[in-house]
Amino acid sequence: MTAVEVKELRKEFPILSEQVHGKPLIYLDNAASSQKPLQVIDAEAQYYCHNHSNVHRGVHQMSQRATEAFEQAREKARVFLNARETAELIFTKGCTDAINTVAHGFGQTLSKGDEVLISHLEHHSNIVPWQMACQRSGATLKVIPMKADGTLDWSEELLTEATRIVAVNHVSNALGTINPVERIIADAHAKGAQVLIDGAQSGPHMAIDVQALDADYYCLSGHKVYGPTGIGVLYGKLDRLKELPPYQGGGDMIKEVRFEGTTYAEPPFKFEAGTPNIAGAVALGAAFDFMASVGVERIARHEESLRKMGEEALMGIDGLKIYGTAENKASVISFLIGSNHPYDTGVLLDQMGIAIRTGHHCTQPIMDYYDIPGTARASFAAYNTEEEVLKFVDGVKRVAQMLQ
Amino acid sequence: MTIQQAQTEIEEEFELFDDWMQKYEHLIELGKDLPQISEEHKDDEHLIKGCQSRVWLHARLENGRVRYSADGDALITKGIISLLVRSLDDQPAADIVEADLEFIDRIGLKEHLSPTRANGLLSMAKQMKFYALAFQAQNGDAHG
Ligand SMILES: Cc1ncc(COP(=O)(O)O)c(C=O)c1O
Repeated sequence: MTAVEVKELRKEFPILSEQVHGKPLIYLDNAASSQKPLQVIDAEAQYYCHNHSNVHRGVHQMSQRATEAFEQAREKARVFLNARETAELIFTKGCTDAINTVAHGFGQTLSKGDEVLISHLEHHSNIVPWQMACQRSGATLKVIPMKADGTLDWSEELLTEATRIVAVNHVSNALGTINPVERIIADAHAKGAQVLIDGAQSGPHMAIDVQALDADYYCLSGHKVYGPTGIGVLYGKLDRLKELPPYQGGGDMIKEVRFEGTTYAEPPFKFEAGTPNIAGAVALGAAFDFMASVGVERIARHEESLRKMGEEALMGIDGLKIYGTAENKASVISFLIGSNHPYDTGVLLDQMGIAIRTGHHCTQPIMDYYDIPGTARASFAAYNTEEEVLKFVDGVKRVAQMLQ
Repeated sequence: MTIQQAQTEIEEEFELFDDWMQKYEHLIELGKDLPQISEEHKDDEHLIKGCQSRVWLHARLENGRVRYSADGDALITKGIISLLVRSLDDQPAADIVEADLEFIDRIGLKEHLSPTRANGLLSMAKQMKFYALAFQAQNGDAHG
C-alpha cells in the first residue's frame, strides 16, 4: 500500500483521530485487539435498526431476516477460511471459547495413557483448557519445546502412538513467529492424531486455507480481524464436529428434548447453545468483507514492511534486544531496553500517545524461558503508517535515554 | 519535618514541571534514590500485591519512628513509592496511621495512572499504613 492509500484507509477508522494525553493516538497494540472500520460499526447498527429478531425461531419476517443475516455471516466465515461447507463454521465468543469447546468435548474422549501435545509458544488460552481436559481425563500434557530465536523445535518424534491431539498456534502473539503448522499437521495425521490450530494471530495477517492446511480445527477471534469483541469462529471438519461431544447444553443445540433423554442438532447448531451473538456475527461478516476489499496479501506486505523498518531502526538503539527473531514472522516486535522493566517503557510511550502492550502477553512460559518479567510489544495493522513507526522508534530512543 | 510538610514539599516540586513527561523523568530520578531494602527482604512476604511490576516494602521501628525501605523492578514504580516513603518515613506510627495522603491527588498522580496502576499505588500506601498500625498495636501506644 502506498502512503496515500494508507491515509485513505485510515479515514474509515474513526478512533484513529482520537487524542491521548493531548497527543494524536499511535495505536500499536493491534495484536491485543485491532480497531474497527465504519463498515463494521455500521453493519452492527444497521442490523439492529433494520433486521433484528431471534434466529432460527420465528416464522415471521423479522426472524427470517435476522436468520439470513446471521447465516450470510457464516458463509463469509467459510469463504475467509476456505472451508468446504458452512456447517463446519461455529460462531463462538472468540478463540478462548473455541478452544474450550474443543478441549471440553475432546477431553471426554481422552483417558489415562493418552497424550495431548501443545507448544511452549502457546497463549494461556491454548494451555489451560488442555490442562483442565488432562486433569479430568488422566491424559498427559506434553510440550513442543522452543528455541532461543522464538521458533518451535519441532520433531515428529514428539508424536507417539498415544498422541491424540496437537494444539498449536499458527502465529505466536508474544513473538510473532509463524509456526510450521503445515508440517505439524501432516506429521500428526501420519501418526493418527488430530490437530487444532489457534489462528488468533494469523487471521489478521495472512490468507488462510483450512482445506490446504488440512487442519481438523481452526479458530479465529473477531476482534483481532477488525471485527467486534465477543464473537469468533471455530472451524472443524464436518466429521470431527459430528463426533465431538457438545460443549454447552440449551436451546438451539437440540433435535428433541425429552426428560428421558435429548438428541442433539447437527453441526454447527450443536455447538451454538442459546441465542448467539447475532449482531456480532453480522459485523464480523462485514470485517471479513473489509479485509477482502483491502486484500489480505496487501495488508500482509504492508505490515511486513513496517515491521522490518521498525526492527532495523530499533536494533540501532544501544542495549535494545528484540525477542523473537525467526525468519518467518508476522507483524509483532517484542523487545526490552537493557534490563529495564517493560512497564516503564509502556508508561512513557503512552505519555507520547503511543499505545503498545507490556507484560507477559498471556504467555508466561515464554517469559520464563527467557527469564524476563515480560516484554514491550508493538504490533502493526493495515492502517499503521511509516511515519507512526518512525515516531515509535524515536519514542523508544527517548525512553532509552530517560531510563539510562 | 512532619508528614504534612513533606507532602507540601513534594507538591511544590511537581509544580515546577510543565508536562507529565518531565514529571515522569523526575519520578525516575527519585526512584533511583529509593532507600534500598536489603536483599534478604526481597521475598514473597514483602511483595506488595496489586502492582503490575514487583514492589517489595519493608518497615522497622527505630526510636519510636517507622523506617521504610523498598525496591521494585520498574523505575517509575520505584519513583512513586519513593514519594510515599518520603512522606511517611521516619515518622511516629500514630501519625502515619492518621495521615491523609493528599499529595497523590494534588500532583495529579492518581488520575494520570491507569486504574490498575492507581490500584497498585493505593496498595502501596495501604501496606505502609498497615505496618504502622502493627507497630502501634505492638507498642500498645494506642493514643493516636
Ligand atoms: C495466540 C492467541 N490465542 C488465543 C487468544 C485468545 O483470544 P480471545 O481472548 O479473543 O479469546 C489470543 C488473544 O490474545 C492470542 O493472541
